[in-house]
This record gives sequence, structure tokens and C-alpha cells, in this order.
Amino acid sequence: MPVRLYLNNVGKAFTMHLQGGAVIPVVENVEFSVSAGECVVLGGPSGAGKSSILKMIYGNYRCDEGQILVTIDDEIINVAGAEPRKILGLRDSTIGYVSQFLRTIPRVSAEDVVAEPLIAQGTSETEGRDVARALLSRLNVPERLWTLPPATFSGGEQQRVNIARGFIAHYPILLLDEPTASLDAANRAVVVRLVEEKKAKGVAMVGILHDQDVRDQIADRIVDVTKFGSEAAA
Amino acid sequence: MNLFHAEDPLLQVHNVTRYYGDRIGCSEVSFDLWPGEVLAIVGESGSGKTTLLNCLSTRLAPTAGAIEYRMRDGAMRNLYQLTEAERRLLMRTDWGFVHQNAADGLRMNVSAGANVGERLMAVGARHYGNIRSTADDWLGRVEIDNERIDDDPRSFSGGMRQRLQIARNLVTQPRLVFMDEPTGGLDVSVQARLLDLLRRLVADLGLSVVIVTHDLAVARLLSHRIMVMRHGNVIEAGLTDQVLDDPREPYTQLLVSSILQV
Repeated sequence: MPVRLYLNNVGKAFTMHLQGGAVIPVVENVEFSVSAGECVVLGGPSGAGKSSILKMIYGNYRCDEGQILVTIDDEIINVAGAEPRKILGLRDSTIGYVSQFLRTIPRVSAEDVVAEPLIAQGTSETEGRDVARALLSRLNVPERLWTLPPATFSGGEQQRVNIARGFIAHYPILLLDEPTASLDAANRAVVVRLVEEKKAKGVAMVGILHDQDVRDQIADRIVDVTKFGSEAAA
Repeated sequence: MNLFHAEDPLLQVHNVTRYYGDRIGCSEVSFDLWPGEVLAIVGESGSGKTTLLNCLSTRLAPTAGAIEYRMRDGAMRNLYQLTEAERRLLMRTDWGFVHQNAADGLRMNVSAGANVGERLMAVGARHYGNIRSTADDWLGRVEIDNERIDDDPRSFSGGMRQRLQIARNLVTQPRLVFMDEPTGGLDVSVQARLLDLLRRLVADLGLSVVIVTHDLAVARLLSHRIMVMRHGNVIEAGLTDQVLDDPREPYTQLLVSSILQV
């Protein structure tokens, strides 16, 4: 299968100016690739830099060194050097991010929150909302909540709304930031099936999954992030 | 979406500098704004963000630098070389300006309907029935009860006035809207409603927006890109969530870390 994503010699450090300019190294010389239909899971303890790597791929964190190459059709884009509108374009059509953290928007209903990325890709509002409802139903979000804004939902409900939002659209690359954390077994199984469906469609995925069961079920390969730690490199 | 595929910028700003005597208002600011793009200018009071906004919107001539705008015919024109008539037409039709204080952008002693209809008449609309029905439609879009169409804005709440000001600006289908702290001074619940409304209108109409705000939450919700100003200089710029989640400059880190978490 073709390579969709390639990280080449990626490095990142935070400079904390409010703490006297302390430099906190995060990762160095990160190198791995992900092919279409493959799910690569980042392994390593908390603080190893797994989340930072996902955020750099999404353009949410800056990449200080190296390249993050994304292949779309015949074009290769380096996220690390891309201008903002290029990154926004990638987020619309190419790279999706599934996280457990929902940033609620005032007055927008759960089904519209979920449908938005699909509608942005050109699906009609009616069809987008239908697909959104089907996903909310699969993730066991009670129907009476669908037309309400999620700000007042329980943590678990908000999390499942955001998972639905992350999975609804068609992205060739999908980043999974602990999508199953604190879900019950039934909903974990739903997420595993959603990942398998994406894989079957050729989506390249990079994930952070602390749940051993889920990891065993969906990971094709595990990349140990501790080997990219600056101490390991030194 | 046209935002990410547009070939040409709508506005090009080259080294715009404004001095007030010896004092710097803003210094050597350059950027491009693309069709459909929302740019937030953030910074504390006195950072130069309003000076910059006023220079961009031809309300204050820069001391140095150039600002070019793509007119509806596709030609790039230097804003400060337009004739006064051309500049006025631009301000009345292709541009909007949303003031922090709605009273600065509204005519307080004429009806809500007339406030909206006036901009239409300025671009040549003459049929009273059409003007009224368009005004009526726009009041609905900004969630003002149609029964209030003949009331003047003095009888409106702060949030309603602000929504009326937005309707007045958008009725001529502008391509570029400048906003100066549009949610400043409003209650938080009123702010939330206004922000949601702005977010939808901007996306539906594909507007380009330059918004000045000191509220980073407003910038995060509305803007694609952010410029952080301090002492008249742009000290950091980039994708909004990147600048807010991974701020690089000491001052930006201070701003971000000063937000109260709810």
C-alpha cells in the first residue's frame, strides 16, 4: 500500500519563557511512515511525546526540525513548513483528528457538531445530519440529546459526540488521540469497529491508545516513542 | 471551499507604519488576507491593533507603507490612491465596519429598518417595498424580532444594537468586514449568541474579516489566523490554534497563560 504519511527527522522542544527560558526537549529524530490502510500506534509512557507528535502532524504544534510529509494524490505537502491556509485545507480534506476533548461551540446542537466536517467536505446538510444521527446512535448517545448543544452533557457523552465528529468525514489520514479512554466496553467495541471500517477504506491512522485490549485489536505496528527521547538520542 | 483554493489574496499589506508624532502606532506590518479568511489581531490596549485596523480601513492614513485591495473587477488597487468617490463607494458596498460601540456604526434616531435600508439606498436601491423586505429578511437573520423594524435602536438592548449593526453592514453583501472588539462590553450570554451568529454568517457568506480583539477565546472561535501585537509590532503570527496552543514568544506565552480557565 502507498505511504500516506512520512515523518523525517522530526524534533521539537518547548521554550518556557515564563520559567526563565527553560528549554524542555520533547522529541528528536522522529522517523516513521504510515501506509494506506495501516494503523500505527505510538507506544511509551506519559510524557514521552506521543501527543506532541500527533499535534505536530495536525499542525497544531510547530515542528522545530525535520519534515512531516503528507501525500495527497500526486502531491506531497510538508506540514512542517506549510502556510496556515494550506494546513487548514489539509484539515478540511486530508487529515482528521479524533480526540476525547470536545471544544463546545455555543448553541450548536450535537448532531450539527458531528455533521459539520462532513458538510464541509461537500455533503448536503440533510444527508450530513442523517449520517451524524446514525453515528450518534451507534455510539449510544441518547436520541433526546441530539438536538441539544453538548455543553451541558456528561463527560462521557461529550466524548462520544467528539468521537462521532472525528470519524464522520472522509480523511485519508486519521489521528487518534486516546479515543477510547474512559469509555465503557460496549462503546470501546464500537470505536474498534469504526477504526476497522476506516482501515478497510484505506485510511492511514496514527494512534495513541493506552487501552491494551483496543491496542491489540487495531494496531498493525507499534512505534516506541521513547527511542526518540532526547536523552536516548544523546 | 474557496478559502483554501483561492489563487489571489483579497488584501495585501506592505510595511504599514503609522507614527503619532514621535510615538509609534504600528510599525512595518505586512500580511496577505485571502478570500474567506478571518484574521484576528490580538494584543493589549495600546499595542497598536486599532491603529492598524484604522489604517487598513482607510480611516487613518499610514505614515509609510502600502495597502492593496482586489476590486470587484479583479484589479489590485492601492487604497490610498483611490479617489474619494471610489473610496466611499468601497466603504459603503464592498466593505463593512463593525464598531465596538454600536452607536458609532448606527444612526440612532432612525428606525432599525431604515438603518439596514440606508446602505441599500446608498448602492442605488430605490423600490421601497424591496428595501423593506430585504431589511426585514436581514433583521430575521440577525435574530431581531420583525415587530421591531420600525423602532429606533435607542430602544434596543446592547446585544440587539450590535446585531443590528451587523445586519446594516452585511446587507450590501460586502467581501471584507473590519471588526473592532465586536463583543466588547456585552454580557457573556449575549456575547456567546453574537459569536455564534458571526461564526455562521462569516462561513455562510464566505466573508473575509479582520477582527481586533483582546479576547483570545473570541479569536479562537472566529479566526483562522492570528497576529499578536505588542508596542506597535507584530511579534508572532500564524494559524490560530498553533499560536494559542504552542505560543513561541514570551509575551504570547504570557497572554495565553493569563486566560482564566472556566
